Amino acid sequence: MKKEADYLSDISEIRSIMERSSRFISLSGLSGVLAGVYALIGAYAAYKILYTEDDTVYDAFTIGQHSGRFILLTLDGLIVLGLAVGTGAFLSVRRAKQQQQSIWDESAKRLLINLLIPLVTGGVFVLLLYLRDYYSLIIPATLIFYGLSLINASKYTLTDIRYLGFSEIALGLIAAYFYGYGLLFWVVGFGVLHIVYGALMYFKYEK
Amino acid sequence: MKNHIHKLNKAFENRVRLGVMSALMVNEYLDFNALKELLGVTDGNLASHLKALEKEEFVAVKKTFIGRKPNTKYGATASGKQAFNEHLNALEALINQQHGKK
Repeated sequence: MKKEADYLSDISEIRSIMERSSRFISLSGLSGVLAGVYALIGAYAAYKILYTEDDTVYDAFTIGQHSGRFILLTLDGLIVLGLAVGTGAFLSVRRAKQQQQSIWDESAKRLLINLLIPLVTGGVFVLLLYLRDYYSLIIPATLIFYGLSLINASKYTLTDIRYLGFSEIALGLIAAYFYGYGLLFWVVGFGVLHIVYGALMYFKYEK
Repeated sequence: MKNHIHKLNKAFENRVRLGVMSALMVNEYLDFNALKELLGVTDGNLASHLKALEKEEFVAVKKTFIGRKPNTKYGATASGKQAFNEHLNALEALINQQHGKK
């Protein structure tokens, strides 16, 4: 006959398998911090690109004679995104190895797909905003859709992501109201919030 | 005491079967390789336990194709889920009872 300890270990085994098979738990908090740092550097570069003369962001866009700057800005954004995704992937793979878990399993696929659905929708939407000249809504829209993506993905990974998502949405809505301060909100949303939540998760799970 | 022990399902006594059922409670379907990786068992070992669960009709097999490669997916049946829940309840009752005794 089995002992109580056996039953208890049965139960903890069940719990661990349910957790591991339904949630992707190798997400690295450190990568969030680094993504935030890249975003801050990128935003500083964007600031330098935009405010060389004494016109404002939206003037520069609406006049439409600064396409060179727009290319620089796009490049800036893509570099930040590339670095953030690259670091995130690298650190999560490393963490999965430390925890002796496979990185590319069902839970990782589900996390990615559910993250990408609102994110790609938002990306296309932002592109349409740009084509239709609604520049003032671009930054609020990126924050809102990013927040929705995180909330959608949070069911498949650490729940802290959910609160980061709520924060991004709230910030996006505020940014939509106070338009003209886009870059500032972007710095808070993609820079400061990533650093804060990344650090929280780092100390909670990796320390 | 005897009551609860009696309710424990023999089919779930084995660790691999317990693992398979746990994973299938929270996933609609998992394929063979996903289960293998999750539980860290060999092909043969997993296959034989899956066969046993299939025979009890706790696990249903769904054969599909990914391109031209056959892909076998496993899911828990309604009766499998019920049996597993009862097994968990019995485990819980047993532990509570033994605690009460001390």
